[in-house]
Amino acid sequence: MSGEALLEVENLRLDLIVGARRFPAVKDVSFTIGRGETLGLVGESGCGKSITALSLIGLLRHPLAIGGGTIRFKGREIQNLSAGEMRKLRGNAISMIFQEPMTALNPLSPVGRQIAEMFVLHKGATWHEAERKAVEALANVRVPAPDRRVKDFPHQLSGGMRQRVMIAIALACRPDLLLADEPTTALDVTVQAEILDLIRDLSAAQGTAVLMISHDLGLIANMCARVGVMYAGRLVEKRPAQEVFRTPSHPYTKGLVASLPLLGARARHGRHKLKEITGVVPAVTAFPDGCRFNPRCYARTEICVAQDPGETPLPHDGLVRCHHHE
Amino acid sequence: MKFRANLVMGGVLFAAVVVAGTFAPFLAHTDPVMDANLMNAEIPPGSEFWFGTDAQGRDIYSRVLHGARISLTVGIVSQLINTVIGVALGLSAGYWGGWWDDLVSGVTNMMLAIPSLIFALAIMAILTPGLTSLLIALGLTNWSYTCRLSRASTLSLKNQGYVQAAKVLGYSDIRIMVTQILPNILGPIIVIGTLGMGGAVLAEASLSFLGLGIRPPFPSWGSMLSDARDQITTAPWISVFPGLAIFVTVLGLNLLGDGLRDILDPQSRARRA
Amino acid sequence: MLSYVFRRLLQAIPILLAVAALIFLLFSVIPGSFASSQMADGRTVMDAEAVARMNQQFGLDQPVATRFVKYIGQLVTLDLGTSFRTRQPVWHLIAERLWPTLQLAFASMLFAIAIGVPLGFLAALRPGSWIDMISMVAAVSGLSLPKFWLGLMLMYLFALTLGWLPSFGYGDGSLKNLILPSIALGVAPLALLARTTRASVLEIMNADFVRTARSKGMSERRVVQWHLARNALVIVLTTVGLQFGSVIGQAVVVEKLFAWPGLGSLLVDSVSLRDIPVVQGCILVIVLFFLLVNMLVDVLAATIDPRIRYT
Repeated sequence: MSGEALLEVENLRLDLIVGARRFPAVKDVSFTIGRGETLGLVGESGCGKSITALSLIGLLRHPLAIGGGTIRFKGREIQNLSAGEMRKLRGNAISMIFQEPMTALNPLSPVGRQIAEMFVLHKGATWHEAERKAVEALANVRVPAPDRRVKDFPHQLSGGMRQRVMIAIALACRPDLLLADEPTTALDVTVQAEILDLIRDLSAAQGTAVLMISHDLGLIANMCARVGVMYAGRLVEKRPAQEVFRTPSHPYTKGLVASLPLLGARARHGRHKLKEITGVVPAVTAFPDGCRFNPRCYARTEICVAQDPGETPLPHDGLVRCHHHE
Repeated sequence: MKFRANLVMGGVLFAAVVVAGTFAPFLAHTDPVMDANLMNAEIPPGSEFWFGTDAQGRDIYSRVLHGARISLTVGIVSQLINTVIGVALGLSAGYWGGWWDDLVSGVTNMMLAIPSLIFALAIMAILTPGLTSLLIALGLTNWSYTCRLSRASTLSLKNQGYVQAAKVLGYSDIRIMVTQILPNILGPIIVIGTLGMGGAVLAEASLSFLGLGIRPPFPSWGSMLSDARDQITTAPWISVFPGLAIFVTVLGLNLLGDGLRDILDPQSRARRA
Repeated sequence: MLSYVFRRLLQAIPILLAVAALIFLLFSVIPGSFASSQMADGRTVMDAEAVARMNQQFGLDQPVATRFVKYIGQLVTLDLGTSFRTRQPVWHLIAERLWPTLQLAFASMLFAIAIGVPLGFLAALRPGSWIDMISMVAAVSGLSLPKFWLGLMLMYLFALTLGWLPSFGYGDGSLKNLILPSIALGVAPLALLARTTRASVLEIMNADFVRTARSKGMSERRVVQWHLARNALVIVLTTVGLQFGSVIGQAVVVEKLFAWPGLGSLLVDSVSLRDIPVVQGCILVIVLFFLLVNMLVDVLAATIDPRIRYT
């Protein structure tokens, strides 16, 4: 961990509320992010990554709600802040980029205005100043001819350009923490790399910490110093990125790493088939007893069905949640 | 899952009207047309005449019950005609495309531009007032929405695997339309049909009110109101009950339609009000 | 944009001609004529000779095809023909009735928009709340009310019992006379607008860009002001356009009830007298109005929503 902790999440629990019943969609999730650090969260869709991020800026909406645990931002607990207090943080100190650049921008509003809103909201700027700053912000995210683009509407821009606009919005107020929820999933492969570079460069320049969420392990490996692996609402492994790839500990992580086509792997290990993990992530309302991964696990024994594995600390501030970890 | 208040309420109201109409001869106290007695004219609602009597001394309660028969007949039959026309045109236009589609779309656009009540009014102008004329006038003028919807849904289903499979199996076009496509577009059509029935009941009442539908002395709710207008100061109850009857019938059908939409056409809940 | 308006106007012409042809054909299969209906109604005593003379006078003795060509020819020169009854040009009759009808239509739509849209908004902002429940129950009831009965009840209550407002007629054209008919006519579009507004606001509330707006740290009030309102407006606008058309159609009943000297009364009277040229003229003007309003709505929608192209 580098520097002092910016964000500390402890035993976070997020509930799915169905009538009078509450299902823990996310449970016992703890992690910290240091100032300027980049933490990656990986896992299949439906494992609780996105709602974890949404909970950090108080954007969970019914039927989801925080069910327990603490979120400390700069040493201050924020999980119970009033709506007004939360709004001061949101966008200003913690901001977020979403997966769908196609729909995340208001189709009826020029992109310049949508950026300018940030300066009006958080910096008390007039619309006139804000519009001027929006041009700078667009230039910052390497959009060509920003003074003309600010007048464009979202439908006139490509997916990559729209995601740049989203980044410009998210970084407009130089936040301490950026939550990037699958920021490149919906984009062309060639554009993906540019967007990732942009996020990395700008956050490094501003000292912004990043929580990078993706189902793409390769992307996480590129971007992040440390990686958390989530499965079915739990953090099953958390370690420095290098170690996760070299010596994955949890069977699920092993499966993810084995399903990754590695460049040059064939030269080293000879021809082999990419492995996949059989089965799908269970629904929140139907999590299995014991270890949540047990129905899909190759190393399953009786204890896995009977008992929920606790966290086992690993070197370098790592942890794994498995009865049979290596 | 959720208690569907609108479906239940609508069903109950509509069922009540259907029962009232069906059993009108048994439930009514007097003959709705013949039992006029000027001695009893304009008696307020009471124990003998539940809804009071009109200017001719006829029992309004009995007339309102019999009025349900006319309203329901017109509502159901004319909307059935509309639905058959709309589905037949829309389905075939969507399925066959080409000049037929252009023609149907053109006619539909024209129909949409003429307010349906005005169109029905024009048709009533050339026919003699009466039940059959009403069925024709209302049955021919309100199919454009059903037609558009059937056409659009058919277009989206036409290239689905199971329709293509039926083609490969050598099914005839008509058979494919009826057995493969129709069942899959029926939900929204039933919803529109139910709501349209309410519209037809209102339109019948309006035309009869204007003297272009069912003519007095036959007990259509609309024509009863048309008569009642002259006595509004002296005997307001003559106006109240037929109007309430229309309101309850249409409300029932509208609630039923809303409830059915929630079940049969869930995506459209957000799209249309 | 002007060329778009022009193009839309051109597109309206074939629809108008088709409507004209349809109405013409409809009335040429009429069994009775103006002359014979005069006789049947007992208004005038006429012998067969008089009927024939009248038919000849109106050109009704000519074959349908000849009359059709003549009629379309007249229409192209914007001539709607001559009334059988008053022997005046149809244009004159319609022109003097047009303003009261427009007044009524605009007033009732204004009433519907002013109450329906805010109501739908409030309902959508608090889904499931009592204001939502009440307004949606009110809306479905409003849609189910027969307009002429509502008018009758309003008339009884506010004019005949309380004496606040005149019970019927155009009077000197003052607002007082306009109030009751506009409410009677406006309740249905009001209900529909409330429902449409609620549905579209709810839909937009769940849109991704609204989540983005919230993630910016915007208050709910600002989310509504800056992002929700305009987007919902586009959807509501389309409903307003369609309702305008149907209001003109529905106006016939309300005008008749309140003895309002508008196009609707003229139409109903002419229908019962079989004054065919006037009926045709009225319907054409109503259709033209419907097409114009919808064109206007499309143009407005395109100026608000940049995604809509002028095509």
